[in-house]
Amino acid sequence: MNSKAADRIATGVFVAIAITIVTILAGLFFYIFVNGFKHISLEFLTSPSSNVRAGGGIRDQLFNSFYILFITMLITVPIGIGGGVYMAEYAKPGKVTDLIRTCIEVLSSLPSIVIGMFGLLIFVNTTGWGYTILGGALALTIFNLPTMVRTTEDAIRAVPRDLKEASLALGVTHWHTIKTIILPAAFPSVLTGAILAAGRVFGEAAALLFTAGLSTPRLDYTNWNPFSEQSPLNIFRPAETLAVHIWSVNTQGLIPDVNEVASGSSAVLVLSVLIFNLLARWIGSLIHKRATATK
Amino acid sequence: MEKLLPAKDRLLKSKRSRLDGEFRGKLIVILCAVIMISATIAITIFLGTKGMQSFTKNGISIIEFLTSTNWNPTDKASPMYGVLPFIFGSFAVTFLAALIAAPLGIGGAIFMTEIAPSWGRKILQPIVELLVGIPSVVYGFIGLTVLVPFIRENVGGLGFSLLSGMIVLAVMILPTITTIATDAMSSLPNHLREGSYALGATRWQTIRKVLVPAAMPSLLTAIILGMARAFGEALAVQMVIGNVRNLPSSILDASATLTTIITLNMGHTTYGSVENNTLWSMGLILLIMSFAFILLIRYLSSRRKLR
Amino acid sequence: MLTAIKERTNVELPFQTTSVFQPETILAVKNLEIFYGEKRAVNGISLDIEKNTVTALIGPSGCGKSTFLRSINRMNDLIPGAKAIGEIIYEDLNILSEDINVVALRKEIGMVFQKPNPFPKSIYENITHGLKFAGIKKKSKLDEIVEESLRKAALWDEVKDRLHKSALSLSGGQQQRLCIARTIAMKPTVILLDEPSSALDPISNAKVEDLIVDLKKEYSIIIVTHNMQQASRISDKTAFFLSGDLIEYDSTETIFTNPSVKKTEEYISGRFG
Repeated sequence: MNSKAADRIATGVFVAIAITIVTILAGLFFYIFVNGFKHISLEFLTSPSSNVRAGGGIRDQLFNSFYILFITMLITVPIGIGGGVYMAEYAKPGKVTDLIRTCIEVLSSLPSIVIGMFGLLIFVNTTGWGYTILGGALALTIFNLPTMVRTTEDAIRAVPRDLKEASLALGVTHWHTIKTIILPAAFPSVLTGAILAAGRVFGEAAALLFTAGLSTPRLDYTNWNPFSEQSPLNIFRPAETLAVHIWSVNTQGLIPDVNEVASGSSAVLVLSVLIFNLLARWIGSLIHKRATATK
Repeated sequence: MEKLLPAKDRLLKSKRSRLDGEFRGKLIVILCAVIMISATIAITIFLGTKGMQSFTKNGISIIEFLTSTNWNPTDKASPMYGVLPFIFGSFAVTFLAALIAAPLGIGGAIFMTEIAPSWGRKILQPIVELLVGIPSVVYGFIGLTVLVPFIRENVGGLGFSLLSGMIVLAVMILPTITTIATDAMSSLPNHLREGSYALGATRWQTIRKVLVPAAMPSLLTAIILGMARAFGEALAVQMVIGNVRNLPSSILDASATLTTIITLNMGHTTYGSVENNTLWSMGLILLIMSFAFILLIRYLSSRRKLR
Repeated sequence: MLTAIKERTNVELPFQTTSVFQPETILAVKNLEIFYGEKRAVNGISLDIEKNTVTALIGPSGCGKSTFLRSINRMNDLIPGAKAIGEIIYEDLNILSEDINVVALRKEIGMVFQKPNPFPKSIYENITHGLKFAGIKKKSKLDEIVEESLRKAALWDEVKDRLHKSALSLSGGQQQRLCIARTIAMKPTVILLDEPSSALDPISNAKVEDLIVDLKKEYSIIIVTHNMQQASRISDKTAFFLSGDLIEYDSTETIFTNPSVKKTEEYISGRFG
């Protein structure tokens, strides 16, 4: 009887824990969206931010976030896929492979502030670039690379072995088999993983504080020359992203409408990450369906 | 196709066959692997040497740096560089956060795998994944606007405190712990459960005496990974912890951690100055701790394999 | 008992090596040993595979017949720790040698696997995959080879209207014949078949068997099978393997009606295996 009672109490506790977790998430989302959506308007999204006055928007921050994300993925995806292919297809068990695995583990567990400091040391000071989009993107690459490598490796390992054997048995080289058979088959999972990683990169701030900086020069969105100082496309200009903006308005606190700007930005940020997540799932299932539908 | 050629020319390796796409392809992917190795080594070496400069170049004693509680780098007459309060702060928020998040995370994992394996997982799993997706600055911002005033009005103190820091971090590391703990619990072989139930044990007895002990190394790994994340987290903590340079005497006191001091001061100290160099030394401590966490996890996983 | 068998095969060795250079031989296997790490899977076998014949490899699971088959086009290279010692002579070259360009070798010695494994692409692309890599780029030439190989694989009439549909939409038997067709498209000399019909229904199986008999006019075929009837129906020569040893190798008729080793008879009549 006693143990029965204990069992019932324990079950109650576990249910309570589950409810707590659900409540935390529901509370967070409720707070973010209810508070945030009040402040989101077309004007908020399309006007530049202000350093001192109220009523600033997040146009440049939003653009910077997407642009840095784009540059980061442009660097990360090829290297990450290459690394994943190496680990899944070429790495032989041994010391070198163990070393690479350790490196991936180290890189993936580094605090993002430490990666930011490394970025400051190399991409800002040593190169003499100062705070730049490229420096930020390279720091985020270090942050993102381990995820991309692991995703690719797992995706390739999930491709049926007999497809690879079939291609090799036709007298096709390993590399050509990887390009034409293995990677296409692994593509849905790699894409899903890349989009999920993109969501993580999009919200990252600590690695960018000291690499891409806390300011954005006055941008002229009609100037598409990537070498011009005022062009939004210039990768050698400082760029404050949305996530960094939330932090900087709160800590520097110079504008009177900190709360409004931060709430609105948070909602936009979380919404974007949410869209990345849903997109990843949707694309994943879509491609999965198309690949199997003809069966 | 080319059967007219003698077998030797068709089938033996030649310069031409070695220079085909295979070689180039392999070179490309090896290069990618080399990039990862060199990034890791570069980070270790550059942050290592830069972090040692305050001891080698500026002559600060390592012992004093690590054990003194006096942090006053701006004092013109006798600047003091003791970072013990920040080390303490980092460890304190990390352990306190784990203290809250571990029972919740493991409890959630047990709920998903043992109490309601079918629908519980369907509901909790996406929720946990959504929690992972919330950027840390957003956690910090909500902590700042909701948690800090709440603590100030209902519990006491300024609101900016160890308590706020630990709660924010606990929520942040909850998904990490829950995910790994869930994997650990669900990979336990079913015969453990069946054997225990067959002996007439209740579900709680089975969980407490059989399942949790069996999954213990993995559960510890989950907690350590959560702690590693908490230890390195910068912005969210910085926004709620208050950032004072004294050792806190209660959890309602404001405090600071290594990451928050780096975050705050890196931007407005001159690169190369003594104060700036001490920040890099703090960064080196973070790096070393991150290696330590990896070693700890490896130790746990080697114990898991021995079973 | 087993030692007696071993002695017997050893005694026969000289005869087999003398026959290596007869014109009919396409592959001459000499003292082939295959290891997986420390474990020996094939214990020094010797035999000659004849040109334009169907050679069946039979024996219980784990007897080394598939391992042997996979060594002929070096597919065992994919298995970490696998090592082959000895010789397999093809066109005066030992194909186990380090100097062999494995990619070129596999064009001439093709392989069809147990489970149909078409690429998740169109029927047409399944056949052109290897050809394009081999340097054939011209559309008309590709079209020609696709039709030719599908005809040879007795699949053309079934698929000619949907060449650009996914190969995965075909039935299991059609998929396996497609796999044979894409192997034929490479114009190999030898085709290795690893239990090609074990995953198929009886009707598909019959079609594949007919096809194999048909193909021996142009190719030398080595087939691993668990199915005694299949071996007796389609093969000209049969090799019986047991625990990594080649127990008996003779014409299929002899093996099935008048085997000289008792173990062979026991296996054929279904007493073990």
